[in-house]
Order: sequence, then C-alpha cells, then structure tokens
Amino acid sequence: MSHGATAHYTSMGLDSRKMAFWAFIGSECLLFGTLISTYLIYQGRSVSGPTPGEILNIPVTSLSTFDLLMSSLWMVLALAAVQRGDMKWAKVWLLGVAIGGAIFLGFQVYEFTSFVHEGLTLQTNLFGATFFVLTGTHGAHVTVGVLWMMTLWVRAMQGKLGPQHAMTVEIAGLYWHFVDVVWIAIFTLVYLLHK
Amino acid sequence: MPETPATEHAHPTAATYLRVAAILIVLTVVEVGVFYVPAFHAFLAPILLVLSAVKFVIVVMFYMHLKMDNRFFTLVFGGPLLLATGVMFGLLFLFGVLTLGG
Repeated sequence: MSHGATAHYTSMGLDSRKMAFWAFIGSECLLFGTLISTYLIYQGRSVSGPTPGEILNIPVTSLSTFDLLMSSLWMVLALAAVQRGDMKWAKVWLLGVAIGGAIFLGFQVYEFTSFVHEGLTLQTNLFGATFFVLTGTHGAHVTVGVLWMMTLWVRAMQGKLGPQHAMTVEIAGLYWHFVDVVWIAIFTLVYLLHK
Repeated sequence: MPETPATEHAHPTAATYLRVAAILIVLTVVEVGVFYVPAFHAFLAPILLVLSAVKFVIVVMFYMHLKMDNRFFTLVFGGPLLLATGVMFGLLFLFGVLTLGG
C-alpha cells in the first residue's frame, strides 16, 4: 500500500498517523460510553412527558440507520478504488458517502424538529436532555465526517488525491466507520430498547 | 528505531465488502423485526444486544480492517473500548439501573 511522501512510522513500523487515529477513536469510545451511560441512568426517570415510547419514530430511524450502513459500504469501496488507482469510482463513492451522511443528518434534523413541535426540548425532562446531548453529539460527528468526505472529494476532483494518499482516505474511513458503530449502539440502546 | 513500514495484509475485496453489507442489512432487518413481534418481547434485550454486538464487531473487523491489520491497533482500540464498557457497567450498577439480583 502506498503511504505518501510524508509517511512516518512508529518504532514498531506502523504508520504513526494511523496509530494516533486509533488512539483518538479509543478516546471517543470513552466519550460516547459516558453519554450512553448517562442516557441509560436517567431512562424512565422523567417526571413529565413526552417519553421515548410516545415520541420515538422507529420506522424513520430504521431508514436513517440503513442509510448510514450503506454509507459505510461506499466508504470501503472508495478506499478500495483509491488503492487501485481508480479515481473515477473513488470520486463516485466519496461523493456517495458525503451524500449518505448528509441524508442521515436530514433525518436527524427532521426528527429533532418534530420532537420540538411535540414538546420535547433539552429543558423538557431528563429524557430530552440526555437524548438530545447523546444524539446531537453523534450528529456533530457525522457533520465533521461529511465535511471531511467533501474535502477528499474536492481534492480528488482537483487531481490531488491518488493511490499515494490511500492512507489519508483509510484514516477518514476509520472515522466514518466509528461514527457508524456508535450509531449501531445508539439505535439499539436508545431506540429499540426504550422504556 | 525502524523508519520503515511493517508488513500489512491485503484489505478485503469488493465482493467481501458487499457480503458484509448484506449481512449488516439482514441483521438490522432482524433487529427491527424482533422489535415489532410481541412473541420476542420477553427476550428483546438479550436478542437486540447480541445482534448489535455482532454488527459492531463485523464493522470493526472488516470495514475498519482490524481483522487484517497489525494486532497492536486492536490493542489501542480494544483497551479504551473495554475501559469504556467497564465504566458503563460500573455507572449502571452504581445508579441501580443494573443489579446483581437481576
């Protein structure tokens, strides 16, 4: 695999950027672990509604989950295309990931807006406070991911992204897949196992 | 101090990626299906937690390439993940969400 002209390696011969990024992802596990714990601890302890059972829209969230899973597929296809130097398809898949992320954010905006119209805000009750902080933090991560993918796509369009930058795309992919696995946990713990 | 890359194994093929995606979609459909079938409600939590964990592991192993990459990356990710899981269980026991008596 090509690592680009500026690649540096750890004493174990591993790419230092990839090592640093895995360490960052490890720290993100702790961030989301505490947010999910906080949500679960306060679950069912709201003294007033709306409650999760009254307000969560499982069919719509299932669609957004499907969309995020598909974007993860497009991400690995983009990486594979960059690695083999097929920049035409790399551009297609990178744009697909960005659009998939944007669609997920659209679902989240729709969800948040409908919840506010139904009377659930950050200040309404414990469910509102913990739900919006948890899913909002995840949404912020998706937003960063979409901007990252758009940046890669623009560089590809300018001819500044090639097989020698495969590690750059792989690291972006690590971030994107991590956002996906966090959502896998949130979808189960918050949406499907709600009280 | 080595300044040369360690040997890395080849990433999966596009066909493998597509098979993984198909498995993830099927598992998600099963998750949502189980949620809507009243007969499964007695076992909803264990079923959904297992399915979710399987999906998590599949993405990390195949899409994030931990299955093929250097084991040290697994350590760098798995250590904090275990710590986070321990913190979660600790907090859930501390605040009475989980109890040893079930």
